[in-house]
Amino acid sequence: MTYFADVGALARKDLMLELRARDTLPAMLLFVLSTLVVFHFVLPSDSSELAAKGLLWVAILFTALLGLSRAFAAEREQGVIDGLVLATRDRSAIWLGKALAILAFLGLAEIVALPAFGLFFTHVGGGTIAGVVLADVGICAVGTLLAAMATASRARELLLPLIFLPLTIPIVIGGVGASVAGHPGKYLAFLALYDAIFGLVAWGSFEYVVTE
Amino acid sequence: MLPANRLPALATLALGLMVAAVALVAYVAPVDANQGLSQKIFYFHVPVALTAYALFGWGAWRGLRHLWKREQGADLESYVAIHLGVIFGAMTLLTGSIWAKISWGRWWAWSSDQLVLFLVLFLFYSAYFMLRFSIEPGPQRANLSAVYAVFGVALIPVSFLAIRISKDIIHPVVFKSTGPDMSGTMFLAFCVSWAAMLALAATLYHVELAGKRLDARLKELREALTS
Repeated sequence: MTYFADVGALARKDLMLELRARDTLPAMLLFVLSTLVVFHFVLPSDSSELAAKGLLWVAILFTALLGLSRAFAAEREQGVIDGLVLATRDRSAIWLGKALAILAFLGLAEIVALPAFGLFFTHVGGGTIAGVVLADVGICAVGTLLAAMATASRARELLLPLIFLPLTIPIVIGGVGASVAGHPGKYLAFLALYDAIFGLVAWGSFEYVVTE
Repeated sequence: MLPANRLPALATLALGLMVAAVALVAYVAPVDANQGLSQKIFYFHVPVALTAYALFGWGAWRGLRHLWKREQGADLESYVAIHLGVIFGAMTLLTGSIWAKISWGRWWAWSSDQLVLFLVLFLFYSAYFMLRFSIEPGPQRANLSAVYAVFGVALIPVSFLAIRISKDIIHPVVFKSTGPDMSGTMFLAFCVSWAAMLALAATLYHVELAGKRLDARLKELREALTS
């Protein structure tokens, strides 16, 4: 149970930092709303609702990317990550705590973004909501690990989109499928499979990303 | 690792198989009834693609051995395998694109699962180089490269599944669960061609590895002399 206590403490730390400094969440909210407005002008006036539903996934992915690119910034700048790694605890708890915090940010951003999408474009169905929930888990699991990788490199924020987008193409395929298909079950099952596989790989490999 | 004196033998084997494959494809394998002569590119396109998978798989395996057993040199081997895998992947995209132009009339077909998959993999493994070369050489770079390589082999089946469930299929499916849909000589030409590609990849792999090791050794010697 101490493992989950560690995870909880780390996630709470990130949420508390966000509550005090308000760095990430307002940026994500403003970004996702701006993106939706841009999409309105991107789409020709007679284009179908399906195109808008596809673009929703672009907005979600890039909003997540915005939050992820700063995910480990505080840890690196203040040297917190070294302290956390030196603690004689399971290091994957660092990953899980961070992923949960990012999941909370992304979820909050979507609580605003999905109704806004419904208002600006077309109504959001149950398949889309279920798809977004499942996709968020995968995005945060993979994204947090890759963000830790990117902060270790010289290129930092520049690198993250390059390594993140190819890995999330399956999420986009599953998510868009869940949004536009008549029977989203197949796509939702696929998203759950993605979450399971990449969640396990990320959980198992985080240790090697932060240690030498 | 391969002893240095075996390398010429391996290279000769690759060359011999290559010549045999070209001869079989050109003279023995029958001309396809539907697609005509253009179908012959199949004997290069598919073996190149399968060899690229093999190289990505080998790169991930060496990466895993690095993380797991801390094997000496596994990091370099993983890098060389992925480097060659990207080259073979680019060749797959190129030959696939030529084939698509001839049989479907356009250079790129999003409805072709395998081509899309290779594009995703090509992007993913190209980012591998961005990652690897923006980290200082050392244990951390080896670890991150290895973790990324392991992600790659998880991505291959997942992407394949994703693309398969989302697309209508116009890509010719030659290998079915009931066995390959080819005549005997076609299958023979295909197998020889595949063996030739694998031998070529193995030769290139050992050549590049030997070069990289020589580089490292030279650097060590130079540092020993100048300090």
